[in-house]
Amino acid sequence: MSTAALYNDQGAAEAAVEAGQETTPTSSSSGAAFGLFSTDFKKNEDLKEMLESNKESLKLEAMKRIVQLISKGKNASELFPAIVKNVASKNIELKKLVYVYLVRYAEEQQDLALLSISTFQRALKDPNQFIRASALRVLSSIRVPIIVPIMMLAIKEAAADLSPYVRKTSAHAIQKLHSLDPDQKEQLIEVIEKLLKDKSTLVAGSVVMAFEEVCPDRIDLIHKNYRKLCNLLVDVEEWGQVVIINMLTRYARTQFTTPWKEDAVFDENNEKTFYDSDSEDKKDQTEAKPYIMDPDHRLLLRNTKPLLQSRNTAVVMAVSQLYWHLAPKHEIGIVTKSLVRLLRSHREVQFIVLQNIATMSIQRKGMFEPYLKSFYVRSTDATHIKTLKLEILTNLATEANISTILREFQTYVKSQDKAFAAATIQAIGRCATNISEVTDTCLNGLVLLLSNRDETVVAESVVVIKKLLQTQPTQHSDIIKHMAKLFDNITVPMARASILWLIGEYCERVPKIAPDLLRKMAKTFTAEEDIVKLQTVNLAAKLYLTNSKQTKLLTQYILNLGKYDQNYDIRDRTRFIRQLIVPNEKSGALSKYARRILLAAKPAPVLESAFKDRDRFQLGTLSHSLNIKASGYQELSDWPAVAPDPTVRNVEVIDPVKEWAPSLGKAKQPKSDDKFYSDEEEKGEEGSDSSSSEDSSSSTEESGSESEKESNEESEKTSTDSGKSSSDSERSSSESEAEQKKKNTKKKNKPAAADSDSVESEAKDSSSSTESSSESNSESDSDSDSPAPQKISVKAKPKVELKAKKEVSLLDLDDFSPAPTNAPKPSVISSSLLSDLKGLSLSNVSPTLQITTSSFGPEKTHELLHHMTGKGLSAKYHFPRQPCLYQPQMVAVQLILTNTLDHSLEEIHVGDRSPASLSIHCFNTIERLEPGASVTVSMGIDFSDSTQAANFHLCTKEDQFSVSIQPAVGELLMPSTMTEPDFCKEQKKLQGMNETSATIIMATA
Amino acid sequence: MEQQLDGQKPVQKASPEMIHSLFLINHSGDIFLEKHWKSVISRSVCDYFFEAKEKAEDPENVPPVLQTPHHYLISIYRGKLFFLSVVQTEVPPLFVIEFLHRVADTFQEYFGECSESVIKDNVVIVYELLEEMLDNGFPLATESNVLKEMIRPPTILRSVVNTLTGGSNVGDTLPTGQLSIIPWRRAGVKYTNNEAYFDVIEEIDAIVDKSGTTVFAEIQGVIEACVRLSGMPDLTLSFMNPRLLDDMSFHPCVRFKRWEAERVLSFIPPDGNFRLMSYHVSSQNLVAIPVYVKQNISFLETGSCGRLEITIGPKQTMGKMVEALMATIHMPKSVLSVSLTASQGSYTYDITTKILIWDIGRLNPQKLPNLRGSLSMQTGVPKPEENPSINIDLKIQQLAISGLKVSRLDMYGEKYKPFKGVKYLTKAGKFQVRT
Repeated sequence: MSTAALYNDQGAAEAAVEAGQETTPTSSSSGAAFGLFSTDFKKNEDLKEMLESNKESLKLEAMKRIVQLISKGKNASELFPAIVKNVASKNIELKKLVYVYLVRYAEEQQDLALLSISTFQRALKDPNQFIRASALRVLSSIRVPIIVPIMMLAIKEAAADLSPYVRKTSAHAIQKLHSLDPDQKEQLIEVIEKLLKDKSTLVAGSVVMAFEEVCPDRIDLIHKNYRKLCNLLVDVEEWGQVVIINMLTRYARTQFTTPWKEDAVFDENNEKTFYDSDSEDKKDQTEAKPYIMDPDHRLLLRNTKPLLQSRNTAVVMAVSQLYWHLAPKHEIGIVTKSLVRLLRSHREVQFIVLQNIATMSIQRKGMFEPYLKSFYVRSTDATHIKTLKLEILTNLATEANISTILREFQTYVKSQDKAFAAATIQAIGRCATNISEVTDTCLNGLVLLLSNRDETVVAESVVVIKKLLQTQPTQHSDIIKHMAKLFDNITVPMARASILWLIGEYCERVPKIAPDLLRKMAKTFTAEEDIVKLQTVNLAAKLYLTNSKQTKLLTQYILNLGKYDQNYDIRDRTRFIRQLIVPNEKSGALSKYARRILLAAKPAPVLESAFKDRDRFQLGTLSHSLNIKASGYQELSDWPAVAPDPTVRNVEVIDPVKEWAPSLGKAKQPKSDDKFYSDEEEKGEEGSDSSSSEDSSSSTEESGSESEKESNEESEKTSTDSGKSSSDSERSSSESEAEQKKKNTKKKNKPAAADSDSVESEAKDSSSSTESSSESNSESDSDSDSPAPQKISVKAKPKVELKAKKEVSLLDLDDFSPAPTNAPKPSVISSSLLSDLKGLSLSNVSPTLQITTSSFGPEKTHELLHHMTGKGLSAKYHFPRQPCLYQPQMVAVQLILTNTLDHSLEEIHVGDRSPASLSIHCFNTIERLEPGASVTVSMGIDFSDSTQAANFHLCTKEDQFSVSIQPAVGELLMPSTMTEPDFCKEQKKLQGMNETSATIIMATA
Repeated sequence: MEQQLDGQKPVQKASPEMIHSLFLINHSGDIFLEKHWKSVISRSVCDYFFEAKEKAEDPENVPPVLQTPHHYLISIYRGKLFFLSVVQTEVPPLFVIEFLHRVADTFQEYFGECSESVIKDNVVIVYELLEEMLDNGFPLATESNVLKEMIRPPTILRSVVNTLTGGSNVGDTLPTGQLSIIPWRRAGVKYTNNEAYFDVIEEIDAIVDKSGTTVFAEIQGVIEACVRLSGMPDLTLSFMNPRLLDDMSFHPCVRFKRWEAERVLSFIPPDGNFRLMSYHVSSQNLVAIPVYVKQNISFLETGSCGRLEITIGPKQTMGKMVEALMATIHMPKSVLSVSLTASQGSYTYDITTKILIWDIGRLNPQKLPNLRGSLSMQTGVPKPEENPSINIDLKIQQLAISGLKVSRLDMYGEKYKPFKGVKYLTKAGKFQVRT
């Protein structure tokens, strides 16, 4: 290097100029005299000087050039001492580039790398979280075994850091340390265990990744965190989602029992039940083999479903494979649409997705059949995409759609891409064997192709025809003759061999042609390919047995040629055949059976998909894609026969008050987002019952959305001044008049909002704290023991919500304690709400079920009959939510009848009803309703525990109007109070096809 | 030296990280950038890839997943470049593919294009980006808003200033986005003009057969947004007819439950350009086919020529003008040259790729564009079995062919009045006419 310094007579100034153009080593101006090696040396000498200068800009320039060297894979290791000094630079970019260098070369220069360690150790204590994180990132990336203890310490500290970002970095560092020194495994597992408990969405993905790398077999670490992970999943960043979903798939396969009915496992015949209505399924399950899905299993399925809408294709694929491996058969169908959507994505994405669909479509045609056309091939597709699409189309072929598919195949056969055309012919062959109805059609089509100009097409056709003929040779001697004629024109060895085999096999059907063909073959034998030679020997042997008169000499000639062939396979075969067919003293007993050996009826070949055996791999994996077990692939275990103890996943309830305090103090905007996503988070921590009562059924989603909308309206209304009510009405165009009216009155009641902030938080709070929750099960009616009281319900009360909202807004934010409790404000919140909340609270008392009656009903009315359709009679109804006086099974409904005409209406009563069995307790006929007057009447309707609408006629003296009342699920339920353990207990007794749930976030615990 | 390192490899336990190394390879097979997230893997590993590339002829046909004795190679082909990643253990291939495309997207966003020369010119920024995007082989920050806070995209002005002052591309403020509950948006955005634009862009994918009947048609739509709003706006976008949409995927900012319940898009938008959602309308009868193509392509049995005549006319254009009409035909290999006359627009025929492009422009319903003439064929070669199919490109402004309409956009959380705009555009996607 010192010599190099001597050469360096050009000085730093020129080096700086040169720096601008420097890209390749060959562009150097150093001249030929220095030879090859000096170029690099001199350059690096420049860089060294720049690095040692006092100017930041020169140093930066030097580092940029060094990074360029690294990016090209050039060696810049001897600059290490000069660079490592800059590790403490104040310039952020310079520092980052130094980090890049350090990470790349530290391994090679371990002693020097140690110089930088103290800088990082200092940075690990920096008050700025980003500096701490990046210090840990680089420190853990330096692969120097000596610093393992330092790294360990740093990781442990970072795992307890207050900043989730730093904790995330520590999760990454775990993997790095583990690969540097696997002996640290035990200690690292401790850190992983700790980080798994972390509630931040930022950390979740990274720590699961670390778990997968370090200790994938320690499934026991997951138990306690399972529910939390499920609930956090939606909010985790997309890459973390993929990792978590894959891990949970594995987890679920070890912890839950199979949701697949015994007889349904991978059985095409059961396709039907897959499509059948739920009712049938239900019957199956309850009668034959009652299977009750573990609520945690259900939780996983439910929480991953929204991710099918992710823009990240890897996430969609991960969810799809999760459903494929975990969901009950009839639920797998929901992933189809999303998978088909991915086919619009990049070529490489298409490739992987098509591979997976190919595997899926073998087992479950029904899933993709409706999307058949999405797999049509375009001339612009890449070849491997075309082949995969063809594979899928073939898998999907059924009697019903085969004509469409064959028509499509016809186009493909003519494709300019000959490899693809050949693949199409194979596909036609497969369709022909699988669907017996079209075998003849296909065969005829293939025979036509024999006159194709393209040799690959003809050859492929011959091979496929051969396979087809084997299945039903009797009717097709014409085709065999035709092929024999073609023989001279075909040069592709495989095709020639196929024809020879066919003629030999069915030589008795073509007695004249066969010997002639053998004669031709005898002439060209030596020039043929091996595979053709083998078949010629076969043909000769078979003809010798059936028609020895004509072919004896020919056979002997061919066997002699074969005896001296260069290929030992052919020599072997010839020797074997000679012994077998030409009896002599040595041949023994076997030759007696020669005929039976050679001319035995051969089973037809089974043409099956190349993806047939791919299902041994988990879908979406690299192993599946390559069809070979990749290193590090973890087998998906079979379902356990008996589920391991599910209680291991129970978590002690964490006092939700703690969780609440910070969320109130948060800034205004994130909060609204918070409300949307993170109530799940909180709920997850609340314990088993609420997490398993996540919403999925449409009816509660409606109610959820309603309250959501309402709270939105609320916040909008209050955050803007009263003058803005015009925009209000504009927004709620869909709302009924009644609601409008109600809103206005509400507004009147409300005192002017003191401060928009407080109102906002109030709106947020109320919407989350009193979100309606109802849990019902329409199946409970099949539960014959105890129909009515068995029903468990936690009643949804929109009314309560409204009230709570209204009242809480009276409070000042300052008065609002960080741990909001409803209990100390009995005057504010209606006693009934209180009792409801108490019922939900976590107290261990009140073991029995008690029916609660509410002292009020919701104000929300629904329109039954508009006054325009009702010719002046208008009717509204609402559910008072009180036990029906008439019969216990009935639901009480109140009707408000109004006469909007200028004359009175007479004899208002209930007329015909449908279904006829509908039992309604009618109100007494109203003899006379004066103009402008309205009357409230109550009636009872037995909805038979379904959300089926009750239809009936509302009649006046002159007219009758058909009306219907459709109850929301919540209206059918009876309110009752119970403790959480009771609730869980009752919930487990349910066996649900239908499930309704909503979220309640309790401010008090 | 590198060779040596690779030699040590088998001794080491297979490193568990997802993406080990990345190589950028140009069209002609030169590796012009490499980045390793851990120990260095010799570039010789790419030889397996080159082998496959050789075999595939067309770069499009290179299998995305390859196996080598010690590694697995997962690659994408974007903008004439191969992004080749090396992995050592089981990993979901889509995970890697999706990430590589994200990398390419990021380059595109930073440099305006994703090409070899641009990457070479900005090698330092590229390196800094890759460093932030992946930590130990696991994606760290892929959201472009977050990245832009950490590493500023180059502009001409800044590069001039940087050269003069020695300034840098690395942001001196630390990113906030990564920490917040809304990682896609940073705090404290300020604009003097607050505006939100949404482009509803639909592409028609169709296969039309010889006789003009539609074999397959569907609409793929995206809503591209350009939102420049101060503070933390909370937007709600609603449609007149959301039921049209069959299947969709959303930007992570969209509240899925709100969509499920009310069919409105509620979101706190990222700052700047982003794709809000993409959707799919597949019900066949809903898909209007805007143009018809009358064609007659024939190759004569004897002699070495063929004929070609194509006429394109309007079909279901909803009263809008069809613009930027273009027909592309991949001719069979045996077509040596063409001699055609176009009544409108111009045509080119590339002798090496055998691609005929007819650039028509605006479709005039009164005078239909027509292209006719003869094709000269290679002698002594059998006539092509199949006629080439025609790919159509077109644009229709101010129309979403599915009929999807945005009804309103509301903003909450901020007090100012934003300027709002919605634009519609229909394009031909993979629109293929078989002949």
